Amino acid sequence: MAEPWEEEGPGTVKKFMYVNRKAPYGTIYALESLEVVLIAAAFEQDVSLAFLDDGVYELKKGQDTAGIGMKNFSPTYRALEGYDIEKLYVEAESLAERGLTEADLLVPVEVMSREALAKMMDEQDVILSF
Amino acid sequence: MSMLHTVNKSPFERNALDSCIKHALPGSAILLIEDGVYAAIKGTAHEGMVRDSMANHSLYVLGPDLLARGMSPEQVIDGISVVDYGGFVDLAVNHDKVQSWL
Amino acid sequence: MPIEVNGKSYETDEEGYLANLNEWNPEVGAAMAKADGCDLTDSHWEVINFLREYYEEYQIAPAVRVLTKAIGKKLGEDKGNSKYLYELFPYGPAKQACKYAGLPKPTGCV
Repeated sequence: MAEPWEEEGPGTVKKFMYVNRKAPYGTIYALESLEVVLIAAAFEQDVSLAFLDDGVYELKKGQDTAGIGMKNFSPTYRALEGYDIEKLYVEAESLAERGLTEADLLVPVEVMSREALAKMMDEQDVILSF
Repeated sequence: MSMLHTVNKSPFERNALDSCIKHALPGSAILLIEDGVYAAIKGTAHEGMVRDSMANHSLYVLGPDLLARGMSPEQVIDGISVVDYGGFVDLAVNHDKVQSWL
Repeated sequence: MPIEVNGKSYETDEEGYLANLNEWNPEVGAAMAKADGCDLTDSHWEVINFLREYYEEYQIAPAVRVLTKAIGKKLGEDKGNSKYLYELFPYGPAKQACKYAGLPKPTGCV
């Protein structure tokens, strides 16, 4: 048996995409997605996160939940890089519809067209929807 | 092989179906389940959007979810196939992956 | 089960993690370690303080793999390895050090 500090190889690497389409706080989807991403990061797969529709609101800068008695989990998106999750895709149309630009987001992302994102989703091995 | 998309929200409450149609690549299948089945009914405000999508996608609706909501297969838009749970399984098996729109 | 430190009672969950992280102070951390038969040295505190800063910035306790890598970056490669951290915290560095740091149990792989 391996010692706890000896790491095993990742085995077969699959492309996993987490698709986020819900605003934070109003429902539990956004936080649940983030927690699953953090847990699954241990499996060393090819992980990406997509933010579209109201999901783009998850990345809005300046969230302050002090007044609603809920935890502000937006700083955690900045921890993803340390978990080797660096592919964050945001749909341009979803941003534009909401009057947002890349400058409103709290982490570096790749903004792409709906068409490009649709193709990207099609290329995944597994899609997890939130 | 292409993607099977499932939609489980009413088009009147959420944009799940709208977003699904906008992102599903041509040739993929869309299965309406749970509250998503309301989109399959003739004469709703969303019928045009659903009919338009049928040019690029094959549409299915889950029969048991229709019946549970007091809808009959006769009320379903022509061209949408009504499937049972076995049909749901066949669809899942015959597509290489499933994406759910919530 | 609450723990008593200097006459004050601190609420904990069933695994001994502090219920309210704002109540934490170094004496509480030391008392928790003592109860586990562990005397905290400067090397322990280095990791505990690092965890508190990490939590402050990101609002989560890091997974052990992430902690190890981040410690290596911050405190030097000789400390950024599992062997060093497991020697300090034999019950699992993320799990045990988080407890003494007053943080919740890390999400995921500990």
